[in-house]
Amino acid sequence: MVSAPLIAIEDLTVDFANGPHVSRAVDGIALQLAPAEALGIVGESGSGKSVTWLAALGLLPGKAAVRGSVRLDGRELVGAPPRELEAVRGKRIAMIFQDPSSCLNPVHRIGWQLGEALRLHRGLDRRAADAEALRLLDQVGIADARRRLGDYPHQLSGGLNQRVMIAMALAGQPDLLVADEPTTALDATIQAQILDLLRAVRRDTGMAMVLISHDLGVVAENVDRVAVMYAGRLVEEAPGQELFARPRHPYTQGLLAALPELTGRRRRLAAIPGTVPEPGSLPAGCRFAPRCPAADHRCAIEAPPIQSVAVHHRTNCHRQIEPGFSVWSLPKAAE
Amino acid sequence: MSPLLEAVDLHRHYSVRTGGGLFAGKAVLRAVDGVSFRIRAGQTLGLVGESGCGKSTTGKLALGLIPPSSGEMRYDGERMPAAGSPAWRALRRRLQMVYQDPLGALDRRLPIGTQIAEPLVIHGIGAVSERRDRALSIMESVGLQRHQFGRYPHELSGGQRQRVVLARALITEPRLLVCDEPISALDVSIQAQVVNLLLDLQERLGIAYLFISHDLRIVRQVSHDVAVMYLGRIVERGDAENVFARPAHPYTRALVSAIPTVGDKRERILLGGDPPSPANVPPGCSFHTRCPFATAQCRSEIPTLQPQDDGREVACHRVRETALRLVA
Amino acid sequence: MLLFAASRLFRALLTILFVMTFAFFVLRASGDPALLILSVDAPPEALAAFRKAWGLDQPIWQQYLAYIGHALTGDFGKSMRDGRPAIDLVMERVPATLAITLPALALKLGIGIPAGIYAALHRNTFADRMTMALSVAGFTMPSFVLALLLVLIFSVTLGWLPASGNDSPVNAILPIITLGTAGAAIMARFTRSAMQEVLGQPFVRAASAKGLSWRRVISHHALPNAAIPTVTIIGFMVGSLVAGAVVVESVFAWPGIGRLLVSAVANRDLAVVQALLMVIAFWMVMANLAVDLAYGWLDPRVRSARAGGH
Repeated sequence: MVSAPLIAIEDLTVDFANGPHVSRAVDGIALQLAPAEALGIVGESGSGKSVTWLAALGLLPGKAAVRGSVRLDGRELVGAPPRELEAVRGKRIAMIFQDPSSCLNPVHRIGWQLGEALRLHRGLDRRAADAEALRLLDQVGIADARRRLGDYPHQLSGGLNQRVMIAMALAGQPDLLVADEPTTALDATIQAQILDLLRAVRRDTGMAMVLISHDLGVVAENVDRVAVMYAGRLVEEAPGQELFARPRHPYTQGLLAALPELTGRRRRLAAIPGTVPEPGSLPAGCRFAPRCPAADHRCAIEAPPIQSVAVHHRTNCHRQIEPGFSVWSLPKAAE
Repeated sequence: MSPLLEAVDLHRHYSVRTGGGLFAGKAVLRAVDGVSFRIRAGQTLGLVGESGCGKSTTGKLALGLIPPSSGEMRYDGERMPAAGSPAWRALRRRLQMVYQDPLGALDRRLPIGTQIAEPLVIHGIGAVSERRDRALSIMESVGLQRHQFGRYPHELSGGQRQRVVLARALITEPRLLVCDEPISALDVSIQAQVVNLLLDLQERLGIAYLFISHDLRIVRQVSHDVAVMYLGRIVERGDAENVFARPAHPYTRALVSAIPTVGDKRERILLGGDPPSPANVPPGCSFHTRCPFATAQCRSEIPTLQPQDDGREVACHRVRETALRLVA
Repeated sequence: MLLFAASRLFRALLTILFVMTFAFFVLRASGDPALLILSVDAPPEALAAFRKAWGLDQPIWQQYLAYIGHALTGDFGKSMRDGRPAIDLVMERVPATLAITLPALALKLGIGIPAGIYAALHRNTFADRMTMALSVAGFTMPSFVLALLLVLIFSVTLGWLPASGNDSPVNAILPIITLGTAGAAIMARFTRSAMQEVLGQPFVRAASAKGLSWRRVISHHALPNAAIPTVTIIGFMVGSLVAGAVVVESVFAWPGIGRLLVSAVANRDLAVVQALLMVIAFWMVMANLAVDLAYGWLDPRVRSARAGGH
């Protein structure tokens, strides 16, 4: 990353207050994203992968306490007044979500919802907004766009609704699209269509993308760089090919080893024992230590710092795993 | 050897209202439209397809939970008795089901041990004291701790709940388990635990599975044979590794190519549009509206499953030609 | 849509017929009007003459058929007390009832809806808890208790407002407040939960992510959706405009439908009770029909389900 980052997250922490209990959803994340870059965020439920970006845009409910820094082109977003955040949302950073059909307002027509974004971000009058809405629907590959403008979301399939969401995201001509599990609710062949569309749109517009997913395959095929999160912390970050070929953190290695392949020899899956910790009761030290076959006494006490292990490759593990060696081949990893 | 479970030309149709007002009409929703398969003892048949393809309905038909509109299920060569009859209830001991949502399948007010032992009570198996021992022993074999006997479902994680559901299904020593998306609700790291458990149980107990899932990778991992469904029909069927390594039906090829992988790139077939509604199945080959290879014959004539040289069966008029094109 | 309206209308008529039938048989089964109106020690000839005059000597199914037949032509019989057409007696009371229930409805909606929205938007704050505590107090207190409390404060202690009667518009104030309080409380709770449910929906977060101001997210995205479930309870309140003031009218001696109902039942004035129930049922059924139509107007999903297809 030679150029100035588009967005720089520094020591971001998010706490949720649940009565007297405080649970930490994001714990000191640092991430940067260059203009036009595609970054994948991988993690299981509760890893904080979505919360990080909702926090960056100020979209979390009031009971969430956000600390740290998120700078967009050098301007601080954490703690920024609502007006400034509203000017960023949709206009500089757009977001699409997991379940497209419930992300569109059921009582308004597609055209109305698109027009709302166009009037807001581009100051278009009604006629210009209508024409631009048609063009956007066309750009996201919706056939018979004119008729679709008059439809309500429930009249469209999930795949079409996600296309509408993408069109709406494009309305503000953003520099960054945050796609939060954009295809998880869709069938495989529709997922392929949507991922293909995202690629085409990025090629045309040059916007950067953060692709949040639990599916390593989805991320592998669509981004330049991957960050892996576990229990609120960033555990490993590297260019995609490097990460999948030479994962260094035991958790990343475990995720890859737990993933069945569609071709090649069938092998027994490596199963990471135990479960993801609850945000309210996180282990001290390394969050992954209780499930890690390579953990030693230090891992249980001291949180590992994130450090470089190769060019553009960072990980937070005390054990300094050699490249090419998987901790899941240790005898201790066998169930 | 006769198969453990056999489906013969199963159909399940529903009548639905289409249109409204004065033009309201009835249409037939063909959820399952002529499905046949066999499952041998101790083997796994994977059933894959996208939402609305009829795979879950097929699972319910397989257990006799719903009656077929036509066709029949055979268990050990005998026609399955009607649902609710005493003979069917007795049979249910040997045929169990596991659903996607373990929390929904469990009673949140009862300790898990009681729920695991419940099928023994229902089927009147064993003495009261013996039931507890059997529940404890089955808990151990699915990887639950004995001390969790008195726990409630909400005190367990998603993966542990699915183990409870499995334990409850296994306690009657079934010969076949129908698993409908058993791991889709679980995190990746937990999925592997449950997949390994299912494979171990099969090896130890010789259970057969009808494994229904939209996840091709998981299906390949657990299945001996696989059947690919599209709009209520099986379009391709055969050895799991073979079908996924060299898919022959254009739909299977598109489905396989749509699976994102961490490894190297493969051919990519992008289908246009959404699948048609099962209430409005296109004539001829139901896939022709999205098939890049469709011809006039495909639009008018329904293809049947035809055996291929490598032992698989494919329902496609153009399978030989398109297979050639793939090689070239 | 036309078919939908027609089928709902048919169901509405069926409901009214059911109410009429039910009222007819229950009233006949609950005592002899001749004995009640003429008193128990009336001479047998007088009782017989009374029964003959009102057709009570006929077999019950004949009475029933005659009653339905007349009702179809708009004739609900005459009051057994003063001989005037029962329906006239009922209709002349309607304005008095509406004079207190309509302003009360305005109070329910005007206070309940804003309070509910405010509470939902300021969830778990002191203001929210206060609003909800007041609301619980408002609808758990029986209306006659509230009525007596208000009389005690404003009539007896302060002497500001009359305790009963209907000589001037001022008389209506206490009945209106009594009726409006409980309704506003229910409305506030209902609006709050409807609004909260909507605020938790993904499309609200998506609308914020679009860059809309919070004010616009509320006004253009949350409110139109929260209105859909709220219509049910508004419909119920509109439905009870005619018959919802029985207790309050009795307490404040307000000469509306409610008091007429109480006295007609006590007097076994069959024709009047039947006419009353008929009018009340008709109004409720119409209110229900309006709710159904409003659903279609507010919710495009309902609209297209009616137009067919999904």
